[in-house]
Amino acid sequence: MNSNTKFNIFRTVLSVGIALLISFIIIFLTSEEPVTAIVQFLTGPLQSTRRFGNVIETMIPLIFTGVGVSIMFSANQINLAGEGSFHVGGLVATVIALNTTLPTGISPIICILLAGVAGAIVTAIPAVLKIKTESDILVSSLMMNYLVLYFSNYILSYFVKDPAAGSVVSYAVPDVSRLSTIFDGTRIHIGLFIAILVAILGYIFLFKTKVGYELRITGENHDFAKYSGIDVMKITLISSLLGGFIIGIGGGVEILGMYNRFSWTSLLGYGWDAIIVTTLAKKNPLYVPFAAFFLAYLRTGASIMSRSTDVVTEIVIITQGIIILLVVAEQFLSKYKHKMIAKEAKATLGNIKEAE
Amino acid sequence: MILNALLSPEFFNAALRATTPILFATLASAVASKSGITNMALEGIMLFSALFGVIFSAAFQSAFLGLIVTMILGGFIGFILAFFVLKLKTDAILAAIAINLIATGGTVFMLLTVSGDRGVSSSIKSLQLPRVILPIIENIPFLGEIISNQNVLTYLSLIMVVVVHIFLYKTPLGLRIRAVGENKDAAESVGISSRKVQYTALIISGVLASIGGFFLSGGYMSNFTKDMSAGRGFIALAASTMGGNTPVGGFLVSLLFGAAQAFANIMQMGASIPYEIVQMLPYITTLIGLGIYSYSLMKKRQRLSGK
Repeated sequence: MNSNTKFNIFRTVLSVGIALLISFIIIFLTSEEPVTAIVQFLTGPLQSTRRFGNVIETMIPLIFTGVGVSIMFSANQINLAGEGSFHVGGLVATVIALNTTLPTGISPIICILLAGVAGAIVTAIPAVLKIKTESDILVSSLMMNYLVLYFSNYILSYFVKDPAAGSVVSYAVPDVSRLSTIFDGTRIHIGLFIAILVAILGYIFLFKTKVGYELRITGENHDFAKYSGIDVMKITLISSLLGGFIIGIGGGVEILGMYNRFSWTSLLGYGWDAIIVTTLAKKNPLYVPFAAFFLAYLRTGASIMSRSTDVVTEIVIITQGIIILLVVAEQFLSKYKHKMIAKEAKATLGNIKEAE
Repeated sequence: MILNALLSPEFFNAALRATTPILFATLASAVASKSGITNMALEGIMLFSALFGVIFSAAFQSAFLGLIVTMILGGFIGFILAFFVLKLKTDAILAAIAINLIATGGTVFMLLTVSGDRGVSSSIKSLQLPRVILPIIENIPFLGEIISNQNVLTYLSLIMVVVVHIFLYKTPLGLRIRAVGENKDAAESVGISSRKVQYTALIISGVLASIGGFFLSGGYMSNFTKDMSAGRGFIALAASTMGGNTPVGGFLVSLLFGAAQAFANIMQMGASIPYEIVQMLPYITTLIGLGIYSYSLMKKRQRLSGK
């Protein structure tokens, strides 16, 4: 392991530590029962099977969105339409499940694949716009999210709404389309295996295939990639399509695995969560499940804490923000990095002298 | 019936009202973008400011003092963004996303700590800036009904379009901001400190966005509700981009969003077109508009570089 990787790991761990420390200080300043709150926050998820199940359930969508965003960000596509992809994925899976009669086993697969296709279209539109008109992908992808939200609200209230239900929700998805639970006493579903598989395939694609290599080169240096004969346009499109596809699958899996009705009428923030997972995982799909687990653990802990003490769950959103700020701040601890590199250089120099 | 509602002065009055917060944020985005930094933290700054407005106007029992403090704090958030981007070399987009997250969680948390309210500031007696009836103008048929009886901040937002335009195009600092945004190295070579200029631009941007945020809870609505900025910061970013990052262009595009929002509100009452479809309109328009605008820019660049 070279000093750079070592430094990166050290900095990430330290950033997370500092962010947690800040949130503990906030809890101490504002809560009546800070010690109980922090203990609940840190150990709550381990106290029962159901609670630990909650961590895994929360982790599943984060893996999909994290892998999808990692692929787009690796190509330096700051495409934030993942939020919309996830949303539309959930919607499409619901609509397909309600309107088709397919045999058990086949039905969820079709629903999820079409959810992926819908997700891919959502992220591809800003990319195509970028390729054809050079318009800013950041702005157009943000607009896509709201477009998808209102479109989805329209479909929900005019086509799949269950009038018998008390609130704006779809009809119940038939059991044949649902993903089965794999552990009794929790809601952990088959989606977990799909998520892990996606993370591994994402890693293989990004680090072991030619297209993945071209994608990363394009992300690191656009001009260099262009002059070395890489079709940058094609890469832009592929990264957006693939990223959106994976995130869309995530939306479908979430609905079919966790809920029996589609009830999303506002943007849920899955796209923003994906950014922190990607940041912690350093855009490597193989690390995404670990980052997703960490975030899911924090989430679950915070939710348990808010139920038993006077601290609100929002504290964890603040923590997330601080983690992103510190992890991506290149100059954070840069002096220390210099020292570390200097030390290593001296050591190497010493070794050479000894050898002589 | 819809047509009648659309041509009524009430509709235009409501559209102007809905435009106000977006317009402030659009101007904020224009100043930041002209200096070469995309300020996506507008969303978070507005949300924070909406809460600060409620807290401080109640604390001082003066809406005006509340606004002043909110503006100072808005400028401070702009400074923090600048500090991370310029000093710690954080990616501007990721830093903004972080600030937006902190705003989402932080506002709920602060509200609970300050007042014990969960999500809605119902127990804080906050103050609003008043609506103003303009003498003489009020009596002009149709136009008077649109322009008169608006919030003070709506008038301020319209004045700010002119002020920001003059600032960017007629003052030395404005020239420096544009120079740094166009070409940092060229600006540095003639002795402009690009870092200082970008710090200034982001602080100004933060102040402008904070006025828009203040309006949300102290004019448009009369209290703070969680996530009340509701994507207006992102809309402003789009409006500013589509308006070529000029104050006047941004103003025209934000009017479009304001009108669409007012239109959607009308549709919600007497629906013959689904309300959700109307809500989609401004976003579709922006996407298409952005495409056309960028395409024309691209063609212009290609022409200039000489085929």
